[in-house]
Amino acid sequence: MRLIIKEGYIVDPVNNLIGEADILIEEGIIKKINKKIEENVDNIISAKDRIVMPALIDLHVHLREPGREDKETILTGTEAASKGGITTILVMPNTDPAIDSPEAVRLLKERIKRTARIDVLIASTITLRREGKVLVDFEALKKEGVVAITDDGSSVDDENLLLKAMQEAKEKDLLLLLHCEDKSLSSKGMVNLGVISTRLGLRGIPKEAEYRRVERDIKLSKKINAPIHITHVSCKESVDLIAKAKKEGIRVTCDTAPHYFSLTEEELLNFDTNKKVNPPLRKKEDLLAIKEALKEGIIDCIASDHAPHTEHEKEVEFENAEFGTIGLETELAVAITYLVEPGLIDWCKLVELFCINPSKILKIDKGTLAIGKPAELIILDPSKEWVVKKDDFLSLSKNSAFLGMRLKGKVEYTIYKGKIIYPF
Amino acid sequence: MKKLVWERKDLLGLADLSKEEVELILETAESFKEVSSRQIKKVPALRGKTVVNLFYEPSTRTRVSFEIAAKRLSCDVINIIADTSSVRKGESLVDTGKNLEALKIDIIVLRHNSSGAAHLLARNVGVSVINAGDGWHEHPTQALLDIFTLKEKFGKIAGLNVTIVGDIAHSRVARSNIWGLTKLGANVCVCAPASLLPAEIEKLGVRAVTDLDEALKGADCVNVLRMQLERDERSIFPSSLDYFKEYGITAERLKKLKKNILIMHPGPLNRGVEISSEVADGKDSVILEQVTNGIAVRMAVLYLVSQGKEKYAFNY
Repeated sequence: MRLIIKEGYIVDPVNNLIGEADILIEEGIIKKINKKIEENVDNIISAKDRIVMPALIDLHVHLREPGREDKETILTGTEAASKGGITTILVMPNTDPAIDSPEAVRLLKERIKRTARIDVLIASTITLRREGKVLVDFEALKKEGVVAITDDGSSVDDENLLLKAMQEAKEKDLLLLLHCEDKSLSSKGMVNLGVISTRLGLRGIPKEAEYRRVERDIKLSKKINAPIHITHVSCKESVDLIAKAKKEGIRVTCDTAPHYFSLTEEELLNFDTNKKVNPPLRKKEDLLAIKEALKEGIIDCIASDHAPHTEHEKEVEFENAEFGTIGLETELAVAITYLVEPGLIDWCKLVELFCINPSKILKIDKGTLAIGKPAELIILDPSKEWVVKKDDFLSLSKNSAFLGMRLKGKVEYTIYKGKIIYPF
Repeated sequence: MKKLVWERKDLLGLADLSKEEVELILETAESFKEVSSRQIKKVPALRGKTVVNLFYEPSTRTRVSFEIAAKRLSCDVINIIADTSSVRKGESLVDTGKNLEALKIDIIVLRHNSSGAAHLLARNVGVSVINAGDGWHEHPTQALLDIFTLKEKFGKIAGLNVTIVGDIAHSRVARSNIWGLTKLGANVCVCAPASLLPAEIEKLGVRAVTDLDEALKGADCVNVLRMQLERDERSIFPSSLDYFKEYGITAERLKKLKKNILIMHPGPLNRGVEISSEVADGKDSVILEQVTNGIAVRMAVLYLVSQGKEKYAFNY
């Protein structure tokens, strides 16, 4: 199988390839990238006026399998990812049962092997059943192929336990992904604490619940010189703390989700539960700080925090609705619309945020269009405008915070190991 | 000037209403007030319409007031108290609403303990929804009857100094009053212990103070909220005696003021907690007039929403 992608505008900053060229893919491998390639092949895709870039890597995804296959499955989630231009995801372990033992990992691996359309990397919990009490068996889990550990959904309250986890993760070379939230402060909060929580008469979540944990976790990381990754950064204070830590040489990386640089708490004034997320949508000043931090490299990457929920879990009283939005099929377009279009970042920076940096953080050899490497790339129409609609989602759940929004940029082809996996 | 036509199918709160819409409700209420003093207290305005009072929280005053208002407009009225309905069997609010709609009713009056419940229901049914209080969010008809009463007493709302005292943080009455009063140009001051003032309340265009004497200075009216001492599990509440000492509206406190001040209370009263009996029953109290005015205001709202066609929905 030989395939040529003709006349696409290539964005591959790692290899310093930026500009129009043809790509020859043979047996799943990128063979050649030249100004003009004229060869006999099985398939030619014209990519005139299209962007050709490495496929995306999303290191924060909930697929709900095993346990809640009514929300999402490995099959539907990875199909959704392929539509979003993503060929590698890290799945969160807060499934039912939680991924906290070698047996659970083996079960998950088996299901992934059977149904996944893309690369699915596995994270285990930090503590058994995510209870924050007993650490998992890092050694055994690593042997099963786990690449990251996280209690996502909760923060480990016990400092000593977290320190031990940091030490272990460092020794075993596992990515430690931290959800920063002090639940004694966020309590039963539902939206950002401030004028909007006051207007709506809903319990507020103070920003302190997030950034005090960021502060603590950075302090612990510094103490033993262990790398940490802070996920879904949502407020200005967290950004400032991370910027300062990075300056000091503390080994901290972080991500944010598209809703934190595109939506603010004001969106909640009509009680739209699809915009009920954790951490909550914040204020304009936070959104601006997140954008600036993405531009400046303080925030390393964008991850969706894809969190599918059924309609009957979302279309209920606000306080009873689950937290979370789906994001796999919209994250690239949201980033193009809110970061590239306004001129805040260029296409190279976008590739850095979605491909290069996540690849570095996960220590995988991806995120480029290098010759001799498996072809994992997307062809994207950067000027195509579309409206986010329920019926268009491949994801089993439709709880998108972006429903009804007009976005720019649409994936036309996703190529994984040399094969077109989207459209399928 | 072109007369405003009411277009909303629902009344969910005062936050989203324009000044003109608030005024239209008040004017309509004025025209309905006289009905209750007739020999035959009934007009055929909504004959053939069915109103369902769907109450998920205990309430006597509001439910009865809505029922009387509906009956004086010749509506048929059904009362559903959540305790006795299929709600206890786990039916969701949306499903309950859709079932009522299938029974071809016209208006649901909803009282619910969860903020946003009226919004949820309104966007899932085609019939009209009137919010009769949702969580800590809004209680628009209560605020409208408060404002109606103020307007009767003072002739206008613009420029009035209105102080609201009590548990502002958990009060839907306070929120709706703030929206309605500020839209009509009143100066609103809210007063509570710091722990009962919600975050950034000043951004709603009100003054927030913790000292009651300061809050009452220059006020034309004080709206005294019911202190719900049983409400919150957190210990942010002072004991009732301490509260009465610091925030109770008493004759002694009022005597220190330069002028008489109108006393309002949404009821039910906690005598000796937020207000003394002497004040509650005194000559400046309009607490029972508020109750009477509630009928006219609710008749107006029932009448207007049944003319409204505009659907409430998200833009997707």
